[in-house]
Amino acid sequence: MRGTEPRLSRAVKWYPDVQSSCTVVHGEKMKLSDAPSPIGTDAPQQLLTGAEIVCRALKKEGVDFVFGYPGGAVLVIYDEIHKQNSFKHILVRHEQAALHAADAYARATGRPGVALVTSGPGVTNAVTGIATAYMDSIPMVIITGQVPTHAIGQDAFQECDTVGITRPCVKHNFLVKDVGELAETIKKAFFIATTGRPGPVVVDIPKDVSMAKAPFHYPGTIEMRSYRPTNKGHTGQIKKAMQMLLAAERPMIYVGGGAILGDAAPEVTELVRLLGYPCTNTLMGLGAYPASDRQFVGMLGMHGTVEANMAMQNCDVLIAIGARFDDRVIGNPAHFNAGNPTRKIIHIDIDPSSISKRVKVDVPIVGNIKDVLIELLGLLKTAEQKPNPITDWWKQIEEWRAKDCLKFKYSESVIKPQYVVQKLWEVTKGDAFVTSDVGQHQMWAAQYYGFDKPRRWINSGGLGTMGVGLPYAMGCKFAFPDADVACITGEGSIQMNIQELSTCKQYDLPVKVILLNNRYLGMVRQWQDFFHGNRHAESYMDALPDFVKLAEAYGHVGMRIEKPSDVEGALKEAFALKKRLVFMDFITDQKENVFPMVPGGKGISEMILAEDL
Amino acid sequence: MRHILSLLLENESGALSRVAGLFSARGYNIESLTVAPTEDATLSRMTIVTTGSDDVIEQITKQVNKLVDVVKIVDLNEGKHVERELMLVKVRAVGKDREELKRTADIFRARVIDLTEKTYVIELTGTGDKLDAFLDAIDRSLILETVRTGACGLGRGEWIVKA
Repeated sequence: MRGTEPRLSRAVKWYPDVQSSCTVVHGEKMKLSDAPSPIGTDAPQQLLTGAEIVCRALKKEGVDFVFGYPGGAVLVIYDEIHKQNSFKHILVRHEQAALHAADAYARATGRPGVALVTSGPGVTNAVTGIATAYMDSIPMVIITGQVPTHAIGQDAFQECDTVGITRPCVKHNFLVKDVGELAETIKKAFFIATTGRPGPVVVDIPKDVSMAKAPFHYPGTIEMRSYRPTNKGHTGQIKKAMQMLLAAERPMIYVGGGAILGDAAPEVTELVRLLGYPCTNTLMGLGAYPASDRQFVGMLGMHGTVEANMAMQNCDVLIAIGARFDDRVIGNPAHFNAGNPTRKIIHIDIDPSSISKRVKVDVPIVGNIKDVLIELLGLLKTAEQKPNPITDWWKQIEEWRAKDCLKFKYSESVIKPQYVVQKLWEVTKGDAFVTSDVGQHQMWAAQYYGFDKPRRWINSGGLGTMGVGLPYAMGCKFAFPDADVACITGEGSIQMNIQELSTCKQYDLPVKVILLNNRYLGMVRQWQDFFHGNRHAESYMDALPDFVKLAEAYGHVGMRIEKPSDVEGALKEAFALKKRLVFMDFITDQKENVFPMVPGGKGISEMILAEDL
Repeated sequence: MRHILSLLLENESGALSRVAGLFSARGYNIESLTVAPTEDATLSRMTIVTTGSDDVIEQITKQVNKLVDVVKIVDLNEGKHVERELMLVKVRAVGKDREELKRTADIFRARVIDLTEKTYVIELTGTGDKLDAFLDAIDRSLILETVRTGACGLGRGEWIVKA
């Protein structure tokens, strides 16, 4: 403040203790020999450059992949990367893709994704990826190069105010001005990114700091007086929640991405089964509760099922687990409340600011979802009272379910996009990692690929970033090389990061690209048809490339599928090509729309169904 | 309703912009904001005067608390507190106005801290209302310029905000 020098580490005390080994983030023990020298010994300390410190720190964090793109300000770091073998660097074709790939790696594994980009345009290209991760609370550490400290503020070549530009879309960021603080700052970055509500953390390192030398002290644990996330839920509140749940007559369990980020899918499943209540997952929560189970009523929200949206609107007790009552989920909050003013809401979330933000909550529980659910389950199991059988409520839900709102008319002549997703599910036995871009195909993927496991559905829910699909598939494939990885995309989205086909070639990533090609920016076209008098302003994709030739030009296999009867065979053929990337261009029905649909600003029970039209 | 939020935050470059950026990004009001290091040089104390419904104030408090540099935030309106603001007013002080301005300043327990043949700089401390009242009490046409610090405040008695 007031022009004082930045203080990066005053608050943190690091007392090395060589007697006992220290615990690092992933729970592995640091070896005694890795521990820093005790203060006060005369042993000469080895000095490392900033670049070496970065590599050593990443090794300590157990990082296995760094996604990035070199440039002037990070050349020194790249030189060190070249000399080490503890992690692998993945060279993308555009910084945005590096961020998305690292982001997907985090979504699929639960471990933080790491990206490395250069200053200036490297950073500005990365911003979309950082914001995407931020909106979905994905743990990431992004290392950015910066011009030398003496050049900062001089409008130097490839200079930008990285900390300023990224501030609104990171959980936290640092500019490291002293190499002596570098190791500890990286430790803090991983600590902040992976604890509490996760999120991306940027560490901006000027070039002279990467070159300067300091002893390497990597703290095993870290304490920050200004950052202490609450993990344990309030027991009194959890008891209240239990009583409210047991007294419910029309209960509803609403599970969001927080349950997946918090690795709480097993506890969610146990809770839903123990109570016998209906469960819905948000777009980000798909897989937290198995889609194939009868108690699952489908995804809710703007393109949710009738049964999920109606149950959400009409329940008497709602428990929200790691979900945030987003506008795409509950629609208009005024309608949501006014339609059912007596509904009681329990909300479990690690982030207090997510609670009572859009909808007033009766029983807030701040804490780690897994821990809170374990406590709640313990109470429920020992409670004398048993959950209500809720027979009438299930009867009502089955009536809604009987509407079969996701049915679509199969056609012999033109490929229905929903049909492709259904067949993809069959061919991959519902067990693939499915990434998507943003638009109609994303909704069809969410609706028709029933996810039974968490971390299998990788998409940009919050920011809605077109272009994530292919780099997301790359991130999944690096994390799980033996798994089937499918990228469901559209001809608009895929072209936003299509250059990554080259990266896929370089690293032999046999992902399957499922392009649902309707020659329209489909979701835009759908909204134009509904709300803008069928005027298709700039939503037609003209002059599309020949995707088969394009895939072949990049060294991959291309397929064009135009007949519904060829869909299944083509998918089987593509997935049988275990070692090749197959780009499948499905020429689909141009006029197909996503249903049900809640128009923007309406309540979630005000759905438009396919049969209404 | 008007609320005075008092924050302890890490005295680091960028901490102020994190707080200010949060307010503009989420569309919260800032009526005034004042900040300086505390007796512990690693900490700054910031006072923000804002307005909003109880729900909005609750969200502001939670969102500010989420910033990694913020050690503590309290809403001083939740308890008894004292509040002060400092104002400097430069006035045209000639002829009969010179006498009158001095008299008014005395009534408000303000002090003249700079004077020339034609001007006074008057220093006045108090609540925002008192500062407003002083400006109302003097002839508006004599005011050459004013500067105000914005409010700062502390809880009364044993109510202590510590890191």
